[in-house]
Amino acid sequence: MTQPKIRIRGLKKAFGEKKVLDGVDLDVMPGTGMVVIGGSGSGKSVLIKSIIGLVTPDAGVIEIDGEDVLKAPRGRARELRAQIGMLFQNGALFDSLPVWENVTFGLLAQKKIRRAAARGKAIEVLAQVGLAENVAALSPSELSGGMQKRVALARAIASEPAIMFFDEPTTGLDPIMGAVIDELIVDCVKRLGSTSIAITHDMASAQRIGDQAAMLYEGRVCWSGKAEELMTSTDPVVDQFTHGRPHGPIKMALRR
Amino acid sequence: MNFILNLVAAIGAVVLGTVEFVGELGLFAISGVSHIFRPPYYPRLIGRSLMEIGFYSLPVVALTALFTGMVLALQSYTGFSRFNAESAIASIVVLSVTRELGPVLAGLMVSGRAGAAMAAELGTMRVTDQIDALSTLSTDPMKYLVAPRLLAGVIAMPLLVCIADILGVMGGFLVSTEKLGFTPDTYLISTFSHLRTEDVVSGLIKAAVFGFVISLMGSFNGYRSKGGAQGVGAATTSAVVTASILILALDYILTQVLFVK
Repeated sequence: MTQPKIRIRGLKKAFGEKKVLDGVDLDVMPGTGMVVIGGSGSGKSVLIKSIIGLVTPDAGVIEIDGEDVLKAPRGRARELRAQIGMLFQNGALFDSLPVWENVTFGLLAQKKIRRAAARGKAIEVLAQVGLAENVAALSPSELSGGMQKRVALARAIASEPAIMFFDEPTTGLDPIMGAVIDELIVDCVKRLGSTSIAITHDMASAQRIGDQAAMLYEGRVCWSGKAEELMTSTDPVVDQFTHGRPHGPIKMALRR
Repeated sequence: MNFILNLVAAIGAVVLGTVEFVGELGLFAISGVSHIFRPPYYPRLIGRSLMEIGFYSLPVVALTALFTGMVLALQSYTGFSRFNAESAIASIVVLSVTRELGPVLAGLMVSGRAGAAMAAELGTMRVTDQIDALSTLSTDPMKYLVAPRLLAGVIAMPLLVCIADILGVMGGFLVSTEKLGFTPDTYLISTFSHLRTEDVVSGLIKAAVFGFVISLMGSFNGYRSKGGAQGVGAATTSAVVTASILILALDYILTQVLFVK
């Protein structure tokens, strides 16, 4: 049987009294696009930040290629995590650097490329996300929201990572630009043969970029299945969330 | 009884909060300093921080030092003329500026300008996930963002204080010769006859320590800011206030340590 690229067992994380993750189990098979959905504050971002090492979980196992990154020596954990590329929700481009330096930042940091060759490499990667050569010299603040997302995607794929994370990739974009970004994500992931985890509230986006889907609710994965089954699921929690029904098992705090 | 319990609880919370803050700050400082000495090094970022802290702070520090020297000469004259001790003005100005006012006033000015900018920049990077993004791109944020600033602070402040010392003395010289009737030769001879190397060196040691404190507080407060624009504003205020208080407190401690009878 094929070993999962990412295997998570019993992952727990609390902030003070609030249990954000309360025993998350999740398998992501190699080359699979996993979409994680869930309400605001359900722990989606904490989940991927735990995998990438930005948040330290309280308990549980996170395996990448069968190795537990939480128990691995620091250097080995860093090596395992170096194969992860991430697209942040708001792009998180470095304001102080031009676009080309943003795109090749990881390559330069890992010494995979020399500074003299970085600009050419950036132009090459920018072309893969549909951006023209002249964008390379611009500052991130000179770009529209959609272009910033594309540059952030270019930065994430520049080092050709084996694993990619997408944190709400279509948030803040109009539906057409959202669909364009989704298409680029699918293209890039397929071309690189990467394993991906995307977290999103956007059901159309979830079905476009995901092969598999999982729903986080009350700190656990309450449902998992094929992404195409999301909208037809009979699970009451998934049904309420995907169709945006105000009434159902998910209780939202309303003040009247 | 409840009042006493609440009072004890409040005092306890303040003490615990202070201990936690000092502990976090200490660990942050140790981590930042250790990254200065470990590769990779970022000379371009150190250069950029030197420009931010040193070069761009030069106008405000220069003006502060110049006017302080001028005021000091005038005020000293007012007091010393009552004891027929006007001849001591030059030595008072030069000793005050080099040992005390140069480093302290430059420190307060740089804290307000560069320390605030540092906290705002790092705070914005924190709340827009740029610091997290650095981690995902195989770059240690402490090494990339904090270490160059700490080093630049320690280098830039003594250079600024050298210039502040010269301009402060020049301010006193201008007022004394143009307004108080001193001859230039007399004033300069009096200035340099009372000035010793350790006076200048003690001021430069203070400057290096203040530079470290300014960069540390700017980086620390910015690095751990949270909550969007309001959080960045709070981090900026806290960076300036804590750095200013630390500069004044450390000034006394360093003066005591470097005190020569």
